Amino acid sequence: MILFVDQISKHFPGFSLSAISFGVSQGDYFMLLGPTGAGKSLLLQILCGLVKPDGGRILLNGIDITFASASQRNMGILFQDLAIFPHLNTYDNIAYPLKVKRESSGVIKRRVQELAERFSIAHLLHKNVNNLSGGEKQRIALARTLATNPSLLLLDEPLSAVDPQLHLDLLAMLRSINRAGTTVIHVTHNYEEAISLASKIGVLNQGKLVQLGSTVDVFQYPRSEFVAKFTGAKNFFKVKFSRVSQNGLVYAELPFGRSIAFYSNPVNANGFVCFPEETVVLSTHVENQSAVNAFQGKVIDIFAQRFGYEVVIDCGVKIFSRITGESLKKMGIAPGMELFATVKANVVRFIPEI
Amino acid sequence: MSATTKNDFSGFRLTMMLLGAFVLLFIIAPLLGMVVNTPFKAIASTVADSQVLHSIWLSIWVAMVTSLVFAIPAIPLAYILARYDFPFKNVLNGIIDLPIVVPHSVVGIALLGLIAGDSLLGKAFDSFGINLLGTPFAIALAMAFVSLPLLINSARDGFLQVPVRLEQAALTLGATPSQVFFTIALPLAWRSITTGLVMMFARGMSEFGAVIIVAYHPMVASVMIYDRFTTFGLKYAQPAALIFLLISLFVFISLRFFSRKK
Repeated sequence: MILFVDQISKHFPGFSLSAISFGVSQGDYFMLLGPTGAGKSLLLQILCGLVKPDGGRILLNGIDITFASASQRNMGILFQDLAIFPHLNTYDNIAYPLKVKRESSGVIKRRVQELAERFSIAHLLHKNVNNLSGGEKQRIALARTLATNPSLLLLDEPLSAVDPQLHLDLLAMLRSINRAGTTVIHVTHNYEEAISLASKIGVLNQGKLVQLGSTVDVFQYPRSEFVAKFTGAKNFFKVKFSRVSQNGLVYAELPFGRSIAFYSNPVNANGFVCFPEETVVLSTHVENQSAVNAFQGKVIDIFAQRFGYEVVIDCGVKIFSRITGESLKKMGIAPGMELFATVKANVVRFIPEI
Repeated sequence: MSATTKNDFSGFRLTMMLLGAFVLLFIIAPLLGMVVNTPFKAIASTVADSQVLHSIWLSIWVAMVTSLVFAIPAIPLAYILARYDFPFKNVLNGIIDLPIVVPHSVVGIALLGLIAGDSLLGKAFDSFGINLLGTPFAIALAMAFVSLPLLINSARDGFLQVPVRLEQAALTLGATPSQVFFTIALPLAWRSITTGLVMMFARGMSEFGAVIIVAYHPMVASVMIYDRFTTFGLKYAQPAALIFLLISLFVFISLRFFSRKK
């Protein structure tokens, strides 16, 4: 385990981080997911040494760094506002961490060139950073952060202020940085980012780590209202791309061997699908239905809810449907009954795994 | 847009402009009057007077050295005030502004008490056979006392404008706190610091009240002008005053110009 966070806490009047514990392994892409004000950024600042915790320990590669100064931690952090130094040009920004470590000028030159090529900013090296676009600045900040090969890369909402086209580029860039061996901790309030990138997710809410697990764990069995509300679904499945039909419908394979159809862009990727419970229609026959996805299964549970009922159907995996009391009565739904759960292709949300 | 602008001219805006023009005129008129009233011949002969030139040169170099030497402790103080919170910070800010409100003759008397022969400092220097009174050192103390707030306040405002985030980023990139100060805070606050230095220099160079008490001789320019006025009268003081004014303006404007360029 490269990073071990043990019972970290920090108290402010009106807000506390309490007893945060988690571990990150070499090569992990760890997502800290939580709503605004959950304490995500504070936790990052504690990790990188800008804020001292009131209690707990942080171990990096087995060494206790809880009270080590920020400059000695060898963690790179990409701030949401990027913190590009406005008085230095691109080259000097990227070279900054090497210069303060007093690397020789030859080493600095080679390293900056290498990073500039990797992030496609070689043509900007001698430009004034204040005239560059947001995407260019983001690349510069990333290159600068990675210049000293930090053992851990911390990202504070890197995708939140980025336009849609850049969003995809950046997702791919972050993924490739991770694949090249850098362990990443990424803070976000955007569950789609988390699903796309994470190998492991921690959900933070009101200063507490409320859930920790794999992407499927967290989204299929959300233990926080935040996650449940945002995915809008307990119907959350990992899928494998299989084919695209002539009219543009994407077919992908669900874990229980059935396929599900939906519209999406990009079309040829593995990823996750989810659909809200209230869009799952239950019926005893599937003839004359417009929905393309029909899953046959047995009713295993019925829960009364504030508005109507939640019906759980076992179709190999559990599919959840929310129906009214009237429908429940009219159809005589009871545990053990065979039913079809149908889902229209256009309510299925697909989130590609990048 | 043009319609509202026209309307403004007829009422509120016109009144404001007239009042503003009055203040501007009040600043410019006496100085301009002096320029107009001083015969060129008198200026030419005064320029040739070595006492006048010596005094002006003394004012300039002592003020300049004072600003640069006192900048070494004043800039760190400004940084502390901008970056850290501590008890009684407001009191400290008040103390820094104190020289602005203390009458300058009072400053002179206080400094005189500090360095006069029977004071601790005075005795210490006296044992080496040095009398501080009437030296450029005494002049420098008087100049520094009255002009330091200009540098400290300007530098502090400059540091306040440097986002803390940039310093945090530098720390996480491996810079030590002193590296952060010299590579991030200082360069980014540089413009405010040089503005403060120029203002401190200009204020020190023009100081009269405090200087005359600790050092009548050697005469700085302001004392020399006063001396000419009391000894010989207005007509004799005017050319020296005008020359000092022009040289001050020239130095001040060129310093500002060069500090802006940087």
